[in-house]
Amino acid sequence: MSIFSRLRRSLSSPSQADDGAGAGISIDYALNIRGESPAKLTLQRVFEQSRQVVRNNKDATTPPEAPARPTTKGRPRLLLMGQRRSGKSSISSVVFHKLPPNETLFLESTARIQKDSMASFMDFQVWDFPGQIDIFENPNYDMDAIFGEIGALIWVIDAQDDYLEAVTRLNTTILHLQRSYPNINIEVFIHKVDGLSDDYKLDIQRDITIRIQDELSDHGFENAPVTFHLTSIYNHSIFEAFSKVIQKLIPQLGTLEAMLTNLCRTCRFEKAYLFDVLSKIYIATDSAAADMASYEICSDYIDVIIDITEVYGSWPRSDAQRRRIEGEPWNAKVDDQVACPWAESCMVLHDAGRPIMLREVDRYLALVAIMKEDSYDRMPLVNMNVEAVVQGLTEFFDITKPRK
Amino acid sequence: MADAGSYGDGTSNLPLAETKNEVKKPKKKKVLLMGKSGSGKSSMRSIIFSNYIARDTRRLGATIDIDLSHVKFLGNLTLNLWDCGGQEAFMENYLSQQRVHVFSNVGVLIYVFDIESRDVDRDLATYVSILSALLQYSPQARIYILIHKMDLVAPSLREAVYDERVRIVRQKTVEYANSIGYSAADQGAGAADPSGSVVLLEPLSASATTGGSGSSGSGSGVGAAAAATSASTPSSPLEITPFATSIWDQSLYKAWASIIHDLVPNLAAIERNLANLGVAIEAEELLLFERTSFLAVSSWTSEEGQRNPTEDRLERISNIMKHFKQSISRFTGTPRNAEQFVRMEHKAGSRFNLFILKFTTNTYLMVVLPPGEARFNAAMLNCQIAIEHFKFLDGPVTTAAPAHGVGG
Ligand SMILES: Nc1nc2c(ncn2[C@@H]2O[C@H](COP(=O)(O)OP(=O)(O)OP(=O)(O)O)[C@@H](O)[C@H]2O)c(=O)[nH]1
Ligand SMILES: Nc1nc2c(ncn2[C@@H]2O[C@H](COP(=O)(O)OP(=O)(O)O)[C@@H](O)[C@H]2O)c(=O)[nH]1
Ligand SMILES: [Mg+2]
Ligand SMILES: [Mg+2]
Repeated sequence: MSIFSRLRRSLSSPSQADDGAGAGISIDYALNIRGESPAKLTLQRVFEQSRQVVRNNKDATTPPEAPARPTTKGRPRLLLMGQRRSGKSSISSVVFHKLPPNETLFLESTARIQKDSMASFMDFQVWDFPGQIDIFENPNYDMDAIFGEIGALIWVIDAQDDYLEAVTRLNTTILHLQRSYPNINIEVFIHKVDGLSDDYKLDIQRDITIRIQDELSDHGFENAPVTFHLTSIYNHSIFEAFSKVIQKLIPQLGTLEAMLTNLCRTCRFEKAYLFDVLSKIYIATDSAAADMASYEICSDYIDVIIDITEVYGSWPRSDAQRRRIEGEPWNAKVDDQVACPWAESCMVLHDAGRPIMLREVDRYLALVAIMKEDSYDRMPLVNMNVEAVVQGLTEFFDITKPRK
Repeated sequence: MADAGSYGDGTSNLPLAETKNEVKKPKKKKVLLMGKSGSGKSSMRSIIFSNYIARDTRRLGATIDIDLSHVKFLGNLTLNLWDCGGQEAFMENYLSQQRVHVFSNVGVLIYVFDIESRDVDRDLATYVSILSALLQYSPQARIYILIHKMDLVAPSLREAVYDERVRIVRQKTVEYANSIGYSAADQGAGAADPSGSVVLLEPLSASATTGGSGSSGSGSGVGAAAAATSASTPSSPLEITPFATSIWDQSLYKAWASIIHDLVPNLAAIERNLANLGVAIEAEELLLFERTSFLAVSSWTSEEGQRNPTEDRLERISNIMKHFKQSISRFTGTPRNAEQFVRMEHKAGSRFNLFILKFTTNTYLMVVLPPGEARFNAAMLNCQIAIEHFKFLDGPVTTAAPAHGVGG
C-alpha cells in the first residue's frame, strides 16, 4: 500500500520516552506486492549505465562518498541542541510530525530529552534536548550514550534574539566534541530568519561564523566539520537544511545522484529529486545546479498528493462498488485494470506547458521531477524510463539498507 | 435584480461609473465586508480573490474608507465587494453621512468578529449599529457572521469558544430585531424578488472546528448549507449564518464558498449537467471550481462517494489547490492571479483516480474516479466533450454566443 494513504498532516503526539524506541512516527506500512516489470531489461541497462558513470567519473562530478559509519547500526542520530525557545521542538514537530508552523505557538517547553525514531529509507533518530541543560556539566548524562552513535549535532540559534550566549555555549560544545568525538558533523541552524532582510541574514551568519572560527583556531582546531544554515519553519529552508544534513549520512550518495542525472538526460528532465515523503527531505538530486525554487515546487507537489490522498484515498470502497467496476463493460479485476500499482501523478503547468511528475518509489520514497516544455505527450515513454530507474533505486536500497 | 430599483435614492449616491454598470449588469450583488479594524477583512479578501498567501497579509495596511472591487466570478456573476475600513472614524461616517450610500442595495453583509478582541461589548454595540442601518435600507440582505482568527484559540477550546461567541451575537441580533418589531413579513420590497428574499438558514449549520490539525469533523458541506437557503417563511425571525474562520486553514473557504454559492445564478442547470456527466463517466465525485478563487461553485457526488467520511472535502481541495497555485506562481514568476495549470492527473494504484481539467473559461472541473486505466481515459475524453454543455457559465445569461477557441 502506498505511503501517501498512510500519512496524516497532523501531530502524532510524540511521547516523552526515555528509551527512544518506537516513539513518534513509526507507521507500519503494509508491503506492496509488485508484479513483474515489463521494463526490467531497460532497468538493467540504465542501472548498469549509472554504475559506469560512477566508475568513470572519479573526478569532480562525483562527490566524495561518505564513509559508512559502522557504529550507528544503521540508525544515525540527530541531536537538536541550543538555548531555550530557540525553536528546537518546533523544528522537530514541523519537519517530522507535520505540525503546521503557526501551531508551534502552542508547544510547551521541553522538560526531558525527547526521542523520536523515524522509520524511513534509513531509520534515524531525532533527539530534542531541553534548552538550558548543560550536558557537559551534568554528571547524569552519559556522554558515550549520547554521542556514541551520533550522525550529526544540530545547534539551533535564534537569529531574532541576542545570540551571544548561544554562541558561547556552542563553542564550548564544539571544543568538547572535537576532543572526544572529532567525526561528528556540527550543523549550525541560524534559525527564525523569516522576517529578516537578506542583508541582515548574511551579516548575522558572517558574525556567528567568525566568532566560532576564531574560538576554534585559538584552541588549535582549524578544520572542524562545522556547517551553517539559515532556517525558518515558515518556509522550505528548514527542509532544505535537513536535506543537506541527512545527505552527508547516506553511504554511496554519488551512485544515487548518478542514477538521477542519467534519468534527467534520458527523459530530458530539468531537475529530479528523490524525496523521503514523510519528512519531505530530499535525499538525492541530479547533477544540475540545485535551486531552492525547484525544490520548493516539487516538495509542495508532494503535499498536494498527500492531502488529496487523505481526502479520497483513506476510506475503503464498498463491495458493491467493486462488483460494479469489475462488471460490464469492463469485465476485469480491478488489479488488472490498473497499469501501475504505485502512485503516479503529473500536472501540466500553464507556463510553457511544463509538466511536473511524481512517482512513488517504495514505502518511503518518491521521485519528483520537473519536465521540459510541452512534454506531456511523451508521458507514456517517460513513465517507462521512470519505471526502470525506480527499479534501479529499489535495488540500490535493498543493497545499501543495513541489516539489523 | 429588482433590488437596484427598490430604493429610489440608492443609486444616485453611487459614483458615476458605478451607476452605469449597475444599470447594464443588474446581476451585480453588493457585498459589504464589515467589522472592527484589524479583524481580518482585507486579509480574507486578498486570500480568496487575489491569491495572497496567509503570511503575506501581515503586510496589509489598515483600509482607508472603503475599498471597492468588482470581482468577476463567473460569466454571469460579478461581485461588487465593499471592503469597509473598520477604524472608528470610518464606521461613524458609514453610519451617518454615508448611511444611504453604504447600506442601500446590499445583497449580503459579511460581518467579521476578531476572536481575540478584548472589548467584546463594544464590538457588539458597533455590530448592532450596523445591523440597524442595514435593516433600514436593505432589510432583505443576507447576514453572515464570521468569528475570525480561530487559529489563535488552542484547538481543544475552539468549539466551545466559538459556540459561546455565536450565542452572544445571535442573542444581540434577536434582541435588536425584537426591539424594532422586526419581522420578515414587513419587507414588501424583498418579498417580490426571489433572489433578494430573506433567507432562513439553519442555525449553526456551520461547523465550529477550524480543522487545522486535520481532525475536523465538520457539519455540512457547502452544498448542504446552501440547500437550506431556498425556503423563506413569511414570519421568520432575523437570521444570521455564522462561520468559524481562520486564514490559516480551509475554514475560510468553507465560509466563502457557502456565501458565493447562494449568489450563483443557474445553479439548478449546473447541478443537473454535473449529475448527468457524473453518471455517464461512472465518477465518484465531480467538483466545479471557479478558476481564480478556486472556490467550489457546485458539486455532484455518487452514492458511493457519499460514503466518504471527509465531509469538509470541498473546502479542503480549494485550500490545497490554491496553495499549490501560489507555489506555481512563485516557481514560474507568473502573476498570482494568472492561470497556473492546465491539467492534473493522479492515479493512486488500485484505490482511486483523479484529474482536474481546465474546463470552461471560468472554471476547472475535478473528477474523482474508481481505479482503472481505460475508465480514466474515457472519462477524460468525455469531460472534454461535455465542456459545450457548460459554456453558459462563461457568458451573461442572455448572451447566446460563448467565447470561441478557448485553447487550453
Ligand atoms: N492569526 C490570525 N491573524 C489574522 C487572521 N486574519 C487576519 N489576520 C491578521 O490580522 C491583521 C489585520 O488584518 P486586516 O485584514 O488588515 O484587517 P482589516 O479588518 O482589513 O482592518 P481595517 O482595514 O483596518 O478595517 C493582519 O496582520 C493579518 O495578518 C487569522 O485568521 N488569524
Ligand atoms: N518566527 C519564527 N518563530 C519560530 C520559528 N521556529 C520556532 N519559532 C517560535 O519559537 C518559539 C519557541 O519554540 P520551541 O520549539 O518551543 O523552542 P525550544 O525551547 O528550542 O524547543 C515558539 O513560539 C515557536 O513558534 C521560526 O522559524 N520563525
Ligand atoms: Mg523544546
Ligand atoms: Mg482592511
